[in-house]
Amino acid sequence: MGYHWNWGIFWEMSPEGTGTYLDMIIQGLRMTLITAALAWAIAFIMGSAIGVLRTLPGRAAPLLANAWIELFRNMPLLVQLFLWYFVFPEVLPAAWGIWLKQLPGAAFLTSVIGIGFFMSARVAVQVSSGIEALPQGQRAAATALGLTPVQTYRYVLLPMAYRIVLPPLTSELLNTVKNTSVALTIGLAELTARARAVQEFSFQVFEAFTAATLAYLVINLIATLAARWLEARVRVPGYGRA
Amino acid sequence: MRLIPLALAVLCFALPAAAADLTGTLQKVKETGTITMGVRESSVPFSYLDDQQKPVGYAIDICYQVVDAVKKTLALPDLKVLTVPVLSSNRIPLMANGTIDLECGSTTNNVERQKQVAFTNTHYLTASKFVAKAAAHLTTIDALKGKTVVSTAGSTNIVQLNKANADRNLGITVVAAKDHAEGFLMVETDRAAAFVMDDVILASFIASAKDPAAYAVGEEPFSLAEPYGIMLRKDDAPFKALVDKATADFYMSPAGKANYAKWFQAPIPPKGLNLNTPMSKGMLGAYARPSDNPDPASYDK
Repeated sequence: MGYHWNWGIFWEMSPEGTGTYLDMIIQGLRMTLITAALAWAIAFIMGSAIGVLRTLPGRAAPLLANAWIELFRNMPLLVQLFLWYFVFPEVLPAAWGIWLKQLPGAAFLTSVIGIGFFMSARVAVQVSSGIEALPQGQRAAATALGLTPVQTYRYVLLPMAYRIVLPPLTSELLNTVKNTSVALTIGLAELTARARAVQEFSFQVFEAFTAATLAYLVINLIATLAARWLEARVRVPGYGRA
Repeated sequence: MRLIPLALAVLCFALPAAAADLTGTLQKVKETGTITMGVRESSVPFSYLDDQQKPVGYAIDICYQVVDAVKKTLALPDLKVLTVPVLSSNRIPLMANGTIDLECGSTTNNVERQKQVAFTNTHYLTASKFVAKAAAHLTTIDALKGKTVVSTAGSTNIVQLNKANADRNLGITVVAAKDHAEGFLMVETDRAAAFVMDDVILASFIASAKDPAAYAVGEEPFSLAEPYGIMLRKDDAPFKALVDKATADFYMSPAGKANYAKWFQAPIPPKGLNLNTPMSKGMLGAYARPSDNPDPASYDK
């Protein structure tokens, strides 16, 4: 192949004049981590709330929860980000739209909210399946003890449900990290976008994407190990997997 | 065992002499009977798809001149020409692995990139400028002070914008768009006050906008005009010499000038837009004295 490898490229100054090519990758990595962390916080909190709503008695709450889940789960993430970024400001009153569009971190905010909501639908399904996986007797016992619905969820159902769905939630965390790469389409300078910029400037495409690949791999390995550790730490002796 | 060197010697003599001393791209073209052009899908007017999805454009016409020269040199009158659409993110791997032999588009020739690929004679010169709504009356770079300005992520234009912003202390909020179309869309929807890009790309976006009169290009450029070149594989001197000669002959001939006028000063397919861009002083020089120099200053004489 007529490709000229140059692994030393990362130590060369980039034409942006703010540092080396390695610094560009590191800036991207930092943006990926911040975006993923905030998006995961939204996904986890909203997802847990919607997941609980889905298991409440009555009709209204599960209906609302299912509407949220179907809305955000059935549309490609790319389309959702475009809708939030380009269409949403246009349907607001003109002055608000302009304000939102001229906001300095518009791409970042849109990515955090867009990815957060998209992932929240997936987290909601996991949390509600965790609750439904518990024997009916647990809810009945809590009610018999005179616990209010809030207390039932807080002290009886959720602690066990989270333990059951911890492994699939770990996958959702990893998906959140990987999904931040979609945000490059609305101009967020995250890891994949910076790797692309490195290849545009230097034409060293394989080196740039190798660095990005390794970075994603390392982030996700660390996240996986942390989740394993958490699983082991919170395991209730004698319950679930031996 | 002595038969083996003998057999090799016979085999060497048996091969036609012409094919034996060919190397690199020319050898590959001779063996396969095909040459492959990398084309862009929406780089108007350099390389894009017309209403029949056929690649057309200023750079494509230049590449066909190169193909004619290859046909003559290799005595291959029925050389097959393939076109493969490429993106800025995959053109390097496709060129390195031999999928494409020429990249016919609007790729900037600079020193950094020459470490990876080679470029033939410059076919266009373009400076970074900005487009804004005409109603905003912005003509100088200083007029952008304190505004939100967009450019395409990973382009040299965004680097120049950042530099001007820092050097002149303008307090511009710089936003990166994923591609040119999104950058222009951001000006159209007032998300940004101006879009910084190569002037020729701005001209094509304005010409195809719903209301071309609503947009104005600022007068002050961000940089000297940078050269565009057709990209070739590096370290393939015979092929580069052939392409250099073919393009130089074409630029210096009346047909070369006519080709420029066809794409920049007349209605072009598919919608009959006219970019109305006569040759700049630098371009006249680049046609009179063809050069593959990556240094913008060398064209500014």
